[in-house]
Amino acid sequence: MSAQPEPALLYSEEEDALRAAVRDLLTDHCDPADVITRTESASPHDVSLWKSLAGPMGLAGLLVPEELGGQGATHREAAVVLEELGRAVAPVPYLTSAVVATEALLACGADDLLTEVASATSVAVLAVGLHVAPGGPVPGVRLEGDALHGELTGIADAAAADVLLVPADDGGLYAVRATDATVTPQTSLDLTRPLARVTLEAAPGRRLGDSAPAVRRALRSGAGLLASEQLGLADWLLTETVRYLKERKQFNRQVGGFQALKHRLARLWLEVAGLRAAARNAADALTTGADTDVAVAVAQAYAAQVAVRAAEEALQLHGGIGMTWEHPVHLYLKRAKADSIAYGAAGTHRSALADLAGLPKP
Amino acid sequence: MTDAAELRALTQELLAAHPPGTTDRVDFLRARFDAGLAWVHYPRGLGGLGAPRALQAVVDAELTAAGAPDNDPRRIGIGLGMAAPTILQYGTEEQKRRLLRPLWTGEEVWCQLFSEPGAGSDLAALGTRAVREGDHWVVDGQKVWTSSAHLARWAILIARTDPDLPKHRGITYFVCDMTDPGVEVRPLRQITGEAEFNEVFLTGVRIPDSRRLGEIGDGWRVAQTTLNNERVAIGGTPIPREGGMIGKIAATWRERPELRTHDLHQRLLGLWVEAEVARLTGVRLRQQLVAGQPGPEGAGMKLNFARLNQEISGLEVELLGEEGLLYDDWTMRRPELVDFTGRDAGYRYLRSKGNSIEGGTSEVLLNIVAERVLGLPAEPRTDKDVAWKDLAR
Repeated sequence: MSAQPEPALLYSEEEDALRAAVRDLLTDHCDPADVITRTESASPHDVSLWKSLAGPMGLAGLLVPEELGGQGATHREAAVVLEELGRAVAPVPYLTSAVVATEALLACGADDLLTEVASATSVAVLAVGLHVAPGGPVPGVRLEGDALHGELTGIADAAAADVLLVPADDGGLYAVRATDATVTPQTSLDLTRPLARVTLEAAPGRRLGDSAPAVRRALRSGAGLLASEQLGLADWLLTETVRYLKERKQFNRQVGGFQALKHRLARLWLEVAGLRAAARNAADALTTGADTDVAVAVAQAYAAQVAVRAAEEALQLHGGIGMTWEHPVHLYLKRAKADSIAYGAAGTHRSALADLAGLPKP
Repeated sequence: MTDAAELRALTQELLAAHPPGTTDRVDFLRARFDAGLAWVHYPRGLGGLGAPRALQAVVDAELTAAGAPDNDPRRIGIGLGMAAPTILQYGTEEQKRRLLRPLWTGEEVWCQLFSEPGAGSDLAALGTRAVREGDHWVVDGQKVWTSSAHLARWAILIARTDPDLPKHRGITYFVCDMTDPGVEVRPLRQITGEAEFNEVFLTGVRIPDSRRLGEIGDGWRVAQTTLNNERVAIGGTPIPREGGMIGKIAATWRERPELRTHDLHQRLLGLWVEAEVARLTGVRLRQQLVAGQPGPEGAGMKLNFARLNQEISGLEVELLGEEGLLYDDWTMRRPELVDFTGRDAGYRYLRSKGNSIEGGTSEVLLNIVAERVLGLPAEPRTDKDVAWKDLAR
């Protein structure tokens, strides 16, 4: 195959500084015990944490141009934010609003809504099921006259949304105010990124543009940057498990000294190192536009197995404590497992590579 | 003090005095060594100029442009990569002057007598004995997995000089003359049918004490210099997508539609993804090195390389179906250079089995990652303070 331009896979000094700022905030305001308590409260999203991230730090507008009130930054910075949010399993609508919905709004040139999102005045959510892969079939609602009718399920973070971006059967993408829709929470596997059913009964909507290209662009960015969230999950799980196994003693020894466990953790470390390269590659490719489809598909074909295994290994190696509601490892397992379906399962992305890499099916 | 411009000028002087077109290859290489342009970071008089190592590329580029012969570094890798740095660090002046020039020109090939049948991962347990007799040492024992022993004039050798000390402390490092009548080299045929390596039997081999490298009993420390140079910095050239083993099976897949099944397709795509991720991990590691922040990923690269080579070549044999039941040639051969991706799929499958054993087994590498990268407790040791002669064997 032809030589590829070499992607930039390290973190810049600015990216390291951004990471440090986000981590500081999350250390102070996103304690695992509070996250667990919040999952069963009336408001599973942490609105005040979101306000701090989106407002003073300006993270909601990273991908929005400066002239619309955003930061004019790139996917590389957004990826670093997602690594940190993954490390903390933070219950905030960053990926859904500041990445996926923002990309759809950018594709449609919806400048007024981009300004709302960037200034953290509104949370926007793309009303497409979380499981849908880039290029996958997208259910739409019915357009009758100038009102929208129908029901969409599996919409992540819809309960936190002020604006829903809804595909309709005329091929358009419509902005619907959440107050004009009925949003019903669905009991979700992932407690920190809950899903909801969106019901529209003659809801007024504003046509923003063509749905298909906007949704495709949004889901591709979502899939590519999800890998950085999965990296954050895996990195926290590995670090925390290594820490615990140095501290935990059984048979008059540190449990982390048993070779069977050392080898499992060493293999996991190797996979996390691979995921870091793949996730950085996807973020860089989304930024430069070079080789993007392959980079995103490779990252998503690889990331899920690493994040899920990191969570499953963490749970097993923590022993009984890992099985309790009190210990946060289950939040990571649930997020990692849900992420393995989000924006297309690994097998869907592998199939995409069959075409992209020229390895046709039988 | 030596800069790129000066090196370019010196290289042009060499080329003018010894035009490659009309100069004998070995004569040219000797002249290059004597001009200090062999390895510019070595000292003056020993093939270098005491210049920064990075400036070697300036000399190499000028010489390549002029069509000058090189010293065929792949053929003499053990001498260049392992013996030379050890001789430079621990050798006497006389040893350096006698040995380094023909080593570098390739006139004298080197091999390494380290591994033994009873000392693989636990190299420090080696049992080849060296007993002092006046000005000489008399060596008896058996070494194994020795590349180039049948071509070599010299060997770097570690042998036990004091069995009463704990294993790391009773070892001494020597330069062994492979033409000594007590040295017998036998090809070691491997599962591929060929013999890349040798067994070397040492029977009453007499080595003058003047060919000892380093102090008596300090051989383990000297050997660290050799082993640290074994895997020279990870390749300078980026590997392209589908470089290596995955490119072979991808080509077969594209050229042979009749072999495709759904099961093979899924497995191929899975390995293609893993090979691409491993490649990107290597790209990232190299960028870290260039940025002066070497990461620990290097320790894991060989683990990836071994596992993927084995899984990909195994899938390729299966993909070939009826042809996978055949093998290109079992004839006993002595290849001088080994290409893991060379020959047919069956050969690749069998040869890659060695990738998780040679140069550090995958199990030992996993221990290294767990202990040095993750900081997990070291394996319990029962052999550190026991005399070598009392170790279990």
